[in-house]
Amino acid sequence: MEPSAMPEEEMPPSVAPSPAGCQLFGYVGIEAVLDQMKIKTMKTGFEFNIMVVGQSGLGKSTMVNTLFKSKVSRKASQPSQEERIPKTVQLQSVTHVIEEKGVKMKLTVTDTPGFGDQINNENCWDPIIKYINEQYERYLREEILITRKRKIPDTRVHGCVYFIPPTGHWLRPLDLEFMRRLSKIVNVVPVIAKADTLTLEERAEFKQQIQADLKTHAISVYPQEDFDQDPDDRVLNDRIREKIPFAVVGADQEHQVNGKRVLGRKTKWGIIEVENPAHCEFPLLRDLLIRSHLQDLKDITHNVHYESYRVRRLNESNRPALSPLNGLPGKAEGSSDL
Amino acid sequence: MAVAVGRPASDDLRNLSLSGHVGFDSLPDQLVNKSTSQGFCFNILCVGETGIGKSTLMDTLFNTKFESEPATHNEPGVRLKARSYELQESNVHLKLTIVDTVGFGDQINKDDSYKPIVEYIDAQFEAYLQEELKIKRSLFNYHDTRIHACLYFIAPTGHSLKSLDLVTMKKLDSKVNIIPIIAKADTIAKNELHKFKSKIMSELVSNGVQIYQFPTDEETVAEINATMSVHLPFAVVGSTEEVKIGNKMAKARQYPWGVVQVENENHCDFVKLREMLIRVNMEDLREQTHTRHYELYRRCKLEEMGFKDTDPDSKPFSLQETYEAKRNEFLGELQKKEDEMRQMFVMRVKEKEAELKEAEKDLHEKFDHLKRTHQEEKKKVEDKKKELEEELNSFQKKKAAAQLLQSQAQQAGSQQTKKDKDKKNFFFM
Repeated sequence: MEPSAMPEEEMPPSVAPSPAGCQLFGYVGIEAVLDQMKIKTMKTGFEFNIMVVGQSGLGKSTMVNTLFKSKVSRKASQPSQEERIPKTVQLQSVTHVIEEKGVKMKLTVTDTPGFGDQINNENCWDPIIKYINEQYERYLREEILITRKRKIPDTRVHGCVYFIPPTGHWLRPLDLEFMRRLSKIVNVVPVIAKADTLTLEERAEFKQQIQADLKTHAISVYPQEDFDQDPDDRVLNDRIREKIPFAVVGADQEHQVNGKRVLGRKTKWGIIEVENPAHCEFPLLRDLLIRSHLQDLKDITHNVHYESYRVRRLNESNRPALSPLNGLPGKAEGSSDL
Repeated sequence: MAVAVGRPASDDLRNLSLSGHVGFDSLPDQLVNKSTSQGFCFNILCVGETGIGKSTLMDTLFNTKFESEPATHNEPGVRLKARSYELQESNVHLKLTIVDTVGFGDQINKDDSYKPIVEYIDAQFEAYLQEELKIKRSLFNYHDTRIHACLYFIAPTGHSLKSLDLVTMKKLDSKVNIIPIIAKADTIAKNELHKFKSKIMSELVSNGVQIYQFPTDEETVAEINATMSVHLPFAVVGSTEEVKIGNKMAKARQYPWGVVQVENENHCDFVKLREMLIRVNMEDLREQTHTRHYELYRRCKLEEMGFKDTDPDSKPFSLQETYEAKRNEFLGELQKKEDEMRQMFVMRVKEKEAELKEAEKDLHEKFDHLKRTHQEEKKKVEDKKKELEEELNSFQKKKAAAQLLQSQAQQAGSQQTKKDKDKKNFFFM
């Protein structure tokens, strides 16, 4: 009997074939697959994990509440004596399920009280890095099992919002250190917190300074330039990159402005409308994080950050004596491993 | 610095109500947009005898003309031919791969006909598994060649399934989503068709063949899937030629006794097949392939290689440790085998040496023997020579003596004869 392998003129099974283009003579209905996909994803639901990092009092919890229009985080507005600034950086995760128009989302917000609050803040980023890597490790363990779950629970941090205090000058060493280390393992979205203390000119100057600082220190924040997939993406992301970091104001109280109820902060000199693009850039942040780039955040976390963690982890558990590996069928490149 | 990660002790997922429009209802759209820009893959395997209408059906299903020539009937074995095409409809890019079984059912001995098919399907799973196990991998732009749907073409005999069909389907049902269809359905009359269908389904059930079940767990598709499932296996007719019917052109087959319209639901189930395969369940087929068939293959393959999940509280990367253990075991075995071989080699050498020594001894003996014999012969010859020489000597002496006597006798004789002669002469005178 002749062996079953593909004859040479057809492509071997493991090589991506170069397909021929074909003209469709009529409607087939392939585009229905989009709807099928939508229905399926709506049924399984989404997971989104966000981390907020910054000194206490910068408005992190308020910001998260404003973003998701619900009481996601408990504000430390009147802390009791024990709840005051913790001695060490602690990470607190809270998970909620929110639903909008049939789309279910499991939202996890990780807060980092105690970050940057000590007198000596050396290595205060270590617990955070450890936490992020732990989530990757958890996912990796699940992925490596023989009998895997149908849907691996995703606790990896998809986005880290870093709150920059509105000094108006430049980034502090703590900010630079933190962002430098974390942008390598997670998507970092820097924001200028409490931006209502800056005038528009001060804000523009501050932003420019920050952008220059980031460039000099080669810190790539989200959206990273390297991951733009096509020219359209690049144009879109360039526009976003011009505005990074967003100057945001958080508020969860509603007030009356011109007969409408808006979210805002009421001060003696006026009401700062959170959702007014002329007042602050909160709408931009919200659109970026939720309405347009949420899936992109997840994809980059999965395809880039998680993969590089996996590579590092698998390489370090290789003893030097083990390479080159043999004994397993068909390993490519000699550097593959389990 | 100590780290305390505070998580709620139980995974209490609180439901929150939103006080305004947040905007993540666009998530499915974001996801779909991502996928459209990457494109979809869909791979169909067509299993059926030569000439049963596989290529024509594919052309009809996808409303296009795929380039291919019909296969001959004298293939020595079954081989699989895969062709890829890029189709685009509105903004959806589909990478369609159609795999054909060339020569299926043509041989006299069809015992091994299913093997190339199973091997091909496994090879696609293996390729994906290899990619997934690599250290540096790129899964998100991996061209997925795993078979998502297998259309099994049943010949329209009108009686029951052939044993080749049953055997092949039984081998394939745990590896791929099987959708059985009755080909060339225009050769069966309507009442026969109904009997044929129920016979086929009952045979499949009684033989434990698991065909693809259209999903009925989502309200949107449950109803249509349920109604369609009743008509399994679909009796289809394929045609790429158009015939004028009424005032429209429609795909049909024209016979002297009438026209069989492909897209007429009364004539054949083609429309149902197209609905089920493409318009309703394409995504589900892909998902089943990935989450059920591929996972099963992966589990079996990894277990076969000797890996197992250890308890969750013991060593991490059980695969790594088990692999190392296996490798050491393997190396140990290699070492043992090497030692064994070395021993055998040494033994053989010894034996050969002994043999050679024996042979040498023999040769020496023979040589001595020969030498002795030679010596003896030589002595004999020399003795004989001496004898002969003595004889010769004595003969020479005798001869000499005899000659002397003869010469004396001659002299005496010649005198005598002379005297005689004189006497004679005297007498005569």
